[in-house]
Amino acid sequence: MVIPRPQLRALDLKLLRDLRRLWAQVLAIAAVLGCGVAVLLMSLGMSDALDRSRAAYYEREAFAQVFARATRAPLGLAGELRAIPGVRDVEARVSRFVLLDLPGRVRPATAQVVSLPDAGPPRLNRLVLRSGRWPEPGRWDEVIVDAPFAAAQGYRPGDRFAANLGGARRELTVVGTALSPEFVYTIGPGAMMPDPSGHAVIWMPRRAAEAAFDMTGAFDDAVIALRRGADEASVIAAIDRLLAPYGATGAHGRDRQISHAFLDSEIETLRVMAWILPPVFLLITAFLVNMVMARIVALERAEIGLLKAAGYSNGAVLSHYLLLAGLIASVGIALGLTVGGVLAREMAGLYARFYNFPELIFSMSWTAWALGALAGFAAAGLGATRAALGAARLPPAVAMAPPSPPRFARGAVDRLLSAVRLPQTDMMILRSVLRWPLRAGTAVLGYALGTAILVSSSFFSDSLDGIMERAFDLSNRADVVLSFPRDLPVDVIAAVRDLPGVLQAEGHVYAAVRLSHGHLTEDATIQALPPGSDLTRMLDGTRPAAPPDAGAVLTDRLAARLGVRPGEVLRAELVGLRRDPVALRVAGLVPEVMGATAYMTLSGYDRLLGRPPKISSVAVTLRADGEAAFHRAVKAAPAVGGALLLADNRRAFESTIAQNMTVMATVYVVLGSAIAIGVAYNGARIQLSERARELASLRILGLTRWEVSWVLVGEVLLLALLAQPLGWALGYGIAALMADRFSSEFYTLPLVVEPATFAFASLVSLGASVASVMLVRRRIDRLDLVAVMKTRE
Amino acid sequence: MDDSSRMWADAPGAVAFRTEALCKVYETGPVRVVALDNVDLTLRMGELTVLLGASGSGKSTLLNILGGLDHASSGRVWYRELELTALGDRALTRYRRDHVGFVFQFYNLVPSLTARENVRLVTDIAPDPMPAEEALGLVGLGARMDHFPAQLSGGEQQRVAIARAVAKRPGVLLCDEPTGALDSRTGVQVLEVLDRVNRETGTTTVVITHNAGIRAMAHRVLRFADGRLASEEVNATRVAPSEIVW
Ligand SMILES: Nc1ncnc2c1ncn2[C@@H]1O[C@H](COP(=O)(O)OP(=O)(O)OP(=O)(O)O)[C@@H](O)[C@H]1O
Ligand SMILES: [Mg+2]
Repeated sequence: MVIPRPQLRALDLKLLRDLRRLWAQVLAIAAVLGCGVAVLLMSLGMSDALDRSRAAYYEREAFAQVFARATRAPLGLAGELRAIPGVRDVEARVSRFVLLDLPGRVRPATAQVVSLPDAGPPRLNRLVLRSGRWPEPGRWDEVIVDAPFAAAQGYRPGDRFAANLGGARRELTVVGTALSPEFVYTIGPGAMMPDPSGHAVIWMPRRAAEAAFDMTGAFDDAVIALRRGADEASVIAAIDRLLAPYGATGAHGRDRQISHAFLDSEIETLRVMAWILPPVFLLITAFLVNMVMARIVALERAEIGLLKAAGYSNGAVLSHYLLLAGLIASVGIALGLTVGGVLAREMAGLYARFYNFPELIFSMSWTAWALGALAGFAAAGLGATRAALGAARLPPAVAMAPPSPPRFARGAVDRLLSAVRLPQTDMMILRSVLRWPLRAGTAVLGYALGTAILVSSSFFSDSLDGIMERAFDLSNRADVVLSFPRDLPVDVIAAVRDLPGVLQAEGHVYAAVRLSHGHLTEDATIQALPPGSDLTRMLDGTRPAAPPDAGAVLTDRLAARLGVRPGEVLRAELVGLRRDPVALRVAGLVPEVMGATAYMTLSGYDRLLGRPPKISSVAVTLRADGEAAFHRAVKAAPAVGGALLLADNRRAFESTIAQNMTVMATVYVVLGSAIAIGVAYNGARIQLSERARELASLRILGLTRWEVSWVLVGEVLLLALLAQPLGWALGYGIAALMADRFSSEFYTLPLVVEPATFAFASLVSLGASVASVMLVRRRIDRLDLVAVMKTRE
Repeated sequence: MDDSSRMWADAPGAVAFRTEALCKVYETGPVRVVALDNVDLTLRMGELTVLLGASGSGKSTLLNILGGLDHASSGRVWYRELELTALGDRALTRYRRDHVGFVFQFYNLVPSLTARENVRLVTDIAPDPMPAEEALGLVGLGARMDHFPAQLSGGEQQRVAIARAVAKRPGVLLCDEPTGALDSRTGVQVLEVLDRVNRETGTTTVVITHNAGIRAMAHRVLRFADGRLASEEVNATRVAPSEIVW
C-alpha cells in the first residue's frame, strides 16, 4: 500500500514546475538580486561588527573621551583637571615621538613613547597584555611595545633595541607586548598608512620617561574620561583655560583622535557602500522581474482564462504570479544572505586582524538579515506587480481569445530605413527596437547600469593612483624627511646637507594651526616652503605651484568648511608658538589631496610670527649608495626627532591598497558581469520565446542558422552598444558620489577615471552580454521547426 | 445558496437558463458590433443542447455570458433562480467555481501539469468534486493520468479537458467547439464522452459546433444567425454519437 503523501495544490505544482522550467532565467535574476543583498549584508555586517567591537573594546579598556597636549605642564595641574565638573578621571602622561635604531635594520624606525603610571597599570586607555609582563617600576630600560610592531619585527619578551630618547641613545628591553584602544589604528607621524615594521608604540614607566625627556614632575599629554551626561564642549573649554599657559595645542574629543577618526571613516565608508550599490542591483532586479513576468503572463493568457473560467478569483491569479516572483526573489535572497553572511564574517575577521582588535564581536543583527530579505522581496514585488495585476485584471473571455498580433506601422523612420536597403534581418532588429521603445530603453538602461558599476568600481584604483601620484611623485619628492622636536635656525639645513649620502636638502615648516572665520573653527597644518621649493611642492590639481609671499593658500575643502573665499581674512592660532591669534589673509585655493593644509612661504610664516628664519623639518634626497651611511648618521644625531621614509611609506600605502584593490576589483567584476548577464540572458530568452515562430519560419525559408541567430544577437549587441556611453556617464556619476562620500579628513579621493577604465568596463559588459546571448542562440540551433509551427499562440 | 442548487443531478425538465432580451454590443473604436441582439431563450435541466450558426453569429458570446465569463450589455440572464446579470465579478467567480464546467476548442490544458494535475486544478477549489482519478476514468483515460499534455494526442487532451470540467460535478457543462480541432474519429470519441456524462450524471450540457451532423445527438437544437435566435427544434429521438454522419 502506498501511503498518500500530503498533496500540493495543483496551482502550486504549476508554480514549482514553472520555476524549474525557467531555472536559467531565475538564476540569472537571482544572481543580480543576490549581489545586491550580499553587498547590503556585507556592508551592514562589517560596519556593525567594527562599530560594536570598537565600542566593546573602548568600554572594557576605559578609552578616554577627551585628549589634550601641552609642552610642559606641572603634574599638580592634573588634580585641577580632575576637579573640572563632568570629568571622571585624568591620566597625565609624558608622550613623545622618538627615533629607534633597530638591530638589523639600516633605516631608522619611529615610535611614540607613552609613560605608564608610577603605581599599577593605567586607569584610562588600559593595555591588553598579549605576552610578557609589566615593567618593574624601578627599572629604567624595561618597556612594553605594541603587539603588531613586535609581530612585524619578530620581537619577544627579552629582546632588545636602541632608541634615541631626548638626545641620548638608550638600550631598551621588551618585557611585554600589548594592544591599546588608543592605537587600534597605528600610524607614524606624517605617514599615510600603518607600517608596523617602521613605527612602534612604546610604553615605559613614568620615572624612566621623566628622566629621558627631562619632564620630572610634569606632563605633556593628558587623557580625560568624562562622567555620563557630561558636556564635552564645556569640559574642553575648561581644560584649554587651565592648560593655556603651558603651550597647550587645544584639547579635543575622540573625533580628532587619529585611531578613532580613522575607524570612524572606515565605518562610514561601509555604511555608504550599503546605500549606494545595493539600490542599483535592486532596481535591475525589479526591471528583470518585470520583463520576465510580463512575458510569462503574455504566454499564459489562455491558462489565466482557464483558471478564471474554472472559478479561480482575481486574487488567486494575482497571488499566483506574485508568488512566482516571490520564489525567484527567495532564491536570490537565499543566495545573497548566504554569500553576504559568509563574506561579512570573513571580511570582518580580516578587518579585526588589520586593525588589531583583541576581540571581534560579530553577530549579524537580525535587522540586517531582515533588511536584506525585505529589500529583495520589495524589488521583486515591485517588478512583478504590473504583470501580476495585468493577469488578475484580464477579463476571462478576452483571455481565451488569442492576443491580436502587434501592429507594425510604416513610420517616417521606416521610410528612412527602406531607403538604406538593409538586409531583412537587420530590419527585423530595428523594427523590434522601434516597436517597443520602452522595452528597448529599459534594456539599454540595464546594460548601462552594468557598465556603470564597473566604471565606478575601477574608479577607486584610478583615484588612488591619482592620490599616489599627487602625494609622492608631484608634491613629496624627497627620500626622507627629518623632523625636529622644535623649530631650529636655518643653519641646520647646511648641517644636514653635510651628512654622508645627502644629495639635496631643503628646509620647511610644518606647524599645527587653528583657523577661525566667524564662528567656524578648523584645525589644519601650515606648510611653509622656501622659494623654488623642489622636494616639497604645493599642487594646484596636478600642476606644481608656489604660494605667494603674503597670505596663505588654502585647500578647497578646508576653505569650504570655514566658509571663506580668497581675499577674506582668517584668525590663526599657532598652537604652542604664540598666545594671541594673528590675522591671515586667504590668497587662493587649491584642491585638497592629503588633509587640510594652508600653504605659505617660509619668509611669510616667519613674518607672521615676527621671528628670525627657522624651520621644523628638512627634506632630503640621497645618493643611491649613500643610504646606509646616512641612516647611521641620523640614528646618532641627537636633535632629530623623526625620520619619515617616504619610500617605505609609499610601499606600505601601495601594498595595503593593492591587497584591498584586488579583492574589490574581483568582487566588482563579478557584480558588473552579473548585471550584464542578467539583462542580456533574460532579454534574449524573451526575444526567443516571442519570436520562435518567426525565427523558425525564417529557417524554413532557407536562412542559415547564423543569419537567423543574428536577429537575436544583433539586437542584444545593438542595445548593449547603445548603452555604453550612458553607462560611462552613470558610472562617472556614481564615482563622483563615492569620491564625495568616501573622502575623509585624511585624504580626498580625486575624481579620476582613466580612459582605460571606461574601455575595460565596456569590454566586460559587452563580453558578458554576448556570452549570454550566445547561450540562448544555441536554442535556435535546436529549434524543432515542426513543433514550433504546430503550437498555437 | 442552498445545497440543492448544486446537486449533481437535478429534476429534469426544470429551467436551467433563461434569457430575456439579452444583448451584447462590442464597441471598438468607431465600429459597433452587435454580437447578440435581443435573445430570449430557455434551456432545461439535464438536456443536451447544440448551438449551431455561421461564424460570427454570436454563439461563443452567448456561451461566455451563460458561463459567467462575460457581461451582457443589456437584458437579463438567469441560471435557475440566480440572476447572472445582477452579479458582480466576485459573485460571478463564485458562480463559475460552484456550477460551471467549461470545455474549449483548444483544450487549454496547463502544459506544466500532468493530466491528473490539470484535473486537480479544478477539484482543488470546487466545493464537492469527484476524485481526479474518477473523472479521468469517466473519459477513458485512467491509464494516462500521469502524462503531460505534450504526451497526449489532441483527442486525449480534449478528453482531459472534459474530465477537468466534469470533475467538479458542475450544474452545467459548456463546450465551445469541443471537436473543432479534431478529426472525425477522435471527434466521435469526445462526443461519446459528453453524451455519457450527460446521460449518467444528468448534467445540463451546451455544445457549440459547426458540424450540423452533431445536432442529431441533442435534445434541443438552437440555430443562431446575426446575433439572433433563428430557429429552435427539439429532437424526438436522439442518435448515438457513433452513428453521427460527420
Ligand atoms: N472582443 C470583441 N471585440 C469586438 N467584437 C467582438 C469581440 N468578440 C466577438 N466579437 C464579435 O462579435 C460577433 C460574435 O462573435 P462570436 O465569437 O460570438 O461568434 P461565434 O458565433 O462564436 O463565431 P465562430 O463560430 O467563428 O466562433 C462577431 O462578429 C465578432 O467579431
Ligand atoms: Mg465561437
